[in-house]
Amino acid sequence: MTFWLLLTINSITFGGLLFLLAAGFSLIFGLMRIPNLTHGSLFMLGAYFGATFVGGLLGTVFNFWLAALMAAVLVAAFGALIERLLLRRLPGQPLAQVLVTLGISFIVADFCLMVWGGDPIAVATPESLIGIVRYGTLAFPLYRIAVIGIAAVVAAGLWLLLDRTRLGAMIRAGVDDPDMARVVGIRVSQLFTVVFSLGAGIAAFAGVIGGPILSVYPGLDQYMLPLALVVVILGGSGSLVGSIVGSLVIGFIYNFGQALLPELAYFVLFLPMLLVLLLRPQGLFGRFVP
Amino acid sequence: MSRKVTRRKFMAGTAAGVALTTLKFPAPAIAQGAPFKLGLLTVKTGPLAQGGIQMEQGVLTWLKEHDNEMAGRKVEFFSADTGGKPAGTKTKAQELIERDKVDVILGPLAAFELLAITDYIREHKTPTLSLAGADDLTQRSPNPYFLRPSATSSQAMQPMGHYAATEMGLKKAITIDYDFAFGYEQQGGFQAAFEKDGGCVANKLWAPLGTPDYTPYLAQMADCDVLCQGFAGSGPLAFMKQYANYGLKHQVVTGETGGDDALLHAFGDEAVGMISCCPYTLDLKTDGNQHFVKAIMKDFNVVPGFYAAGLYVNCDVVEGGLKGAGGSTEDKEKFMAALKAVKLPDSPRGPISFDHLGNIVGNFYVRRCEKMANAPYGLKLWNKTIKTYENVSQFWTWPEKEFLSHPVYSRNYPPLKKC
Amino acid sequence: MIARIIALAAGFVALVTLPYWMHGEYYINVSSQILFSAIFALGLNIIAGYGGLVSLGHAGLLGIAAYSTGYMLQAGFGHTLAILAALVIGVASMAVYAVLALRATGIGFIMITLALGEIIWGLAYRWISITNGDNGINLHGRPEPFGFAIESARNFYYVTLVVFLVSFAAVTVFVRSPLGAALMGTRDQPRRMNALGYHVWAIRFWACMFSGLLTAISGILFVYYTQFISPQALDLTASAEVLLMVISGGAGTLFGPIVGAALVVVVKSVVSGFLERWNMLLGFIFVAIVILMPEGLVPGSARLWRLAWRRLTAPGKAAVPEGKP
Repeated sequence: MTFWLLLTINSITFGGLLFLLAAGFSLIFGLMRIPNLTHGSLFMLGAYFGATFVGGLLGTVFNFWLAALMAAVLVAAFGALIERLLLRRLPGQPLAQVLVTLGISFIVADFCLMVWGGDPIAVATPESLIGIVRYGTLAFPLYRIAVIGIAAVVAAGLWLLLDRTRLGAMIRAGVDDPDMARVVGIRVSQLFTVVFSLGAGIAAFAGVIGGPILSVYPGLDQYMLPLALVVVILGGSGSLVGSIVGSLVIGFIYNFGQALLPELAYFVLFLPMLLVLLLRPQGLFGRFVP
Repeated sequence: MSRKVTRRKFMAGTAAGVALTTLKFPAPAIAQGAPFKLGLLTVKTGPLAQGGIQMEQGVLTWLKEHDNEMAGRKVEFFSADTGGKPAGTKTKAQELIERDKVDVILGPLAAFELLAITDYIREHKTPTLSLAGADDLTQRSPNPYFLRPSATSSQAMQPMGHYAATEMGLKKAITIDYDFAFGYEQQGGFQAAFEKDGGCVANKLWAPLGTPDYTPYLAQMADCDVLCQGFAGSGPLAFMKQYANYGLKHQVVTGETGGDDALLHAFGDEAVGMISCCPYTLDLKTDGNQHFVKAIMKDFNVVPGFYAAGLYVNCDVVEGGLKGAGGSTEDKEKFMAALKAVKLPDSPRGPISFDHLGNIVGNFYVRRCEKMANAPYGLKLWNKTIKTYENVSQFWTWPEKEFLSHPVYSRNYPPLKKC
Repeated sequence: MIARIIALAAGFVALVTLPYWMHGEYYINVSSQILFSAIFALGLNIIAGYGGLVSLGHAGLLGIAAYSTGYMLQAGFGHTLAILAALVIGVASMAVYAVLALRATGIGFIMITLALGEIIWGLAYRWISITNGDNGINLHGRPEPFGFAIESARNFYYVTLVVFLVSFAAVTVFVRSPLGAALMGTRDQPRRMNALGYHVWAIRFWACMFSGLLTAISGILFVYYTQFISPQALDLTASAEVLLMVISGGAGTLFGPIVGAALVVVVKSVVSGFLERWNMLLGFIFVAIVILMPEGLVPGSARLWRLAWRRLTAPGKAAVPEGKP
């Protein structure tokens, strides 16, 4: 009983973390049709920044949440730079986009190795969230439950942004029909910069939030990027609901799949992804067929 | 953070010193004065970089301590980054052997890298000293040009299993490791020794390489006395943290990578109480070890662990072999025999010698991780040695013939029994 | 035109005489690596460059051919049977791969191929009875085509060169053929092609099969060169790497993949010996290519060369201002 309950709860929490990771990717892919293969590295970069701020930089130890925000802002700025200087030159050229995003991911990964070395770094759980929640024989870390809350807050924030603000309306218009959006006078290229840096910032934020659970280490980007891709494909790109549902579904498959089908653990995520792609290429809630 | 080394090749040496010291050795004139070429296959990019960078630091520390000389010969050092991929390892091995004409190769890091070049080094008769654990390379498919001064994958876990069953009185174990050969061999060793002494392994869990969240496995950790984990790299850190976060209280035991002293600075309270059995321990109070630790702290400001110490010892062994062969590597068989005959009474990991298959026979240390207020080197945790097993061979207490008659440890061997 | 022929002839002569002017066995080996990596890149280019179908799982297919060779040899079959089996199994796998992947185009195709590549990689780890897991399969010895021993670096290079030249000729013939033109048509204007009566799916499928054949050939050369196969050769980074070779060199061109393969192999194998941060350098090179020559090194260089040539041969001529009569 404990087993099922524990895995169910973790499916939701891991789904929450995946949502934070994938939301940015889904936005970028949905609006700009760019498969941002740098996304994993941005997650990792944010995690390293967060670890440094939390661990103490130049003698100052930063509050966890402040560190997460700072990391997000730094990486968002970096994202804006990437978009303006590089991606802007490549509209509609998927091959060049792949080349440049992969090239940047190499640079970022090697940069992290150079600055932070090869050893893994632990990120301290924020003081207020240390502890274990118990229910009978079930013990669950408080912080992981908090991640559900954090993901919910971010999801709500994004929903408000997309549904209730002018910016959001412009983004949704751009996702549905970029050409018409331009015709109507929406400055799509400025929008692109905003969205890309927003996506990058969320990814970095996700990295810091994930820090107390996953730690930070070289190679983290290579493990997280496929997860982001699977969530976006399954849930459907450009759709917030799709990202939420996709994250939850993948959270469940990750936990129960690995626990119950250890023989297939290496590809327990990719089989469902393949099935969805074959049967419904736009994903469960996608607004367009990629 | 460690100071980074950017230079790759060393061409140091004092000509006068070399000339003086070469007079000691009755070596052919060709070898005298000719530099000794030392090659290192390591990984400096990607997920394996953690161990790889430390490997290089171990070698560089040794070279610095010995003024870049081995047995009186100037050393030319070639460091190659394999990228952690077997194809890259083969390419770099070719670079070292064919282009740079090295006399000895240290490394590579991973078992699958070593397996990719085993035929190649045998063909070229290049002595290779690696940390890679692949059991069979000194057991059922031994390579005569391969020497392993560190340990087989199972060598540290066998005494761990014995200790857990006999001295800790534990009866029921669950094991967890990565789903690849190094994991299978580690846990196979633990299981065989644990069950030999009366214990029983109830379940063996395998996590795919690179899995970020271990919860699916932590959820299966019910009802046992002890958990044996064998993660490597960043795995031990993430796993122990998640383990503690779930309030799991079983005793944890681990091997050489899980208990690596280089991770001490990253661990938190979750590691307190963890017992590990390792071929190297930081708290070994011998001259050999203290000298090594001081040197590497001075050069790189890093607390050394299994990888750095292992390579430092490898260099000691190479020098011992070179001395034994009279300073010359012209006769490769003679050099290899001299290497195998090396016995070091005071290496950083204690006294070592080799068995006839080229694997180490040495001390293995069982340590407990404890909180220590004023631990050396600014650490807050310390792995305190609580038992030393001496003269441990790769076969543990089994007779060699019996051990080799069983298949190599794998995912399903030894098979699980009902507990 | 003359310049092109001279350049091609010079290149051909250089390749054929390479072991004589390239000092050291090591560099001859690197050249062999460049050549079979180029075959791999040419194979991917068929569908990615000429077909607009970007595959992120191609390393899996290379791995299947390599594992087939290794498995057959280990099972005791001779080299000829092993190579034939690898070719057949490789192409057959590509057929399955293509049928699944061609259910989508564009990003969907990329994602399906990524999933397939990861699944093949996972199988390589787990299907231990066939692949021996991450302990890999060791090969012993190389075949002797027509009694010509290829254990040495030089001889292996020559065999690889011959295979490369034949493959390159095949690719050229394909690209210049009606099928090749049709393929490019399906890349640029799939709906129009459909309207014109072309069977778009079939064209793409056969292009995939050709790609699969080249990939299998490359896999066989790879495994004979390295004498070892393990799951690391099939992972996502390997698939990404060959894709980067194609794109950086110039997708949809004949020489692009070759140049891209040379770039990546040289940085990985040779430059990594001098520069610790070679991974970062490779990243910067890719970014630079995107900025300066987004269409790839080969077409970009050709463009810059033409610009330079024009400036040189017509100095002083100002650009004609627009709008003036």
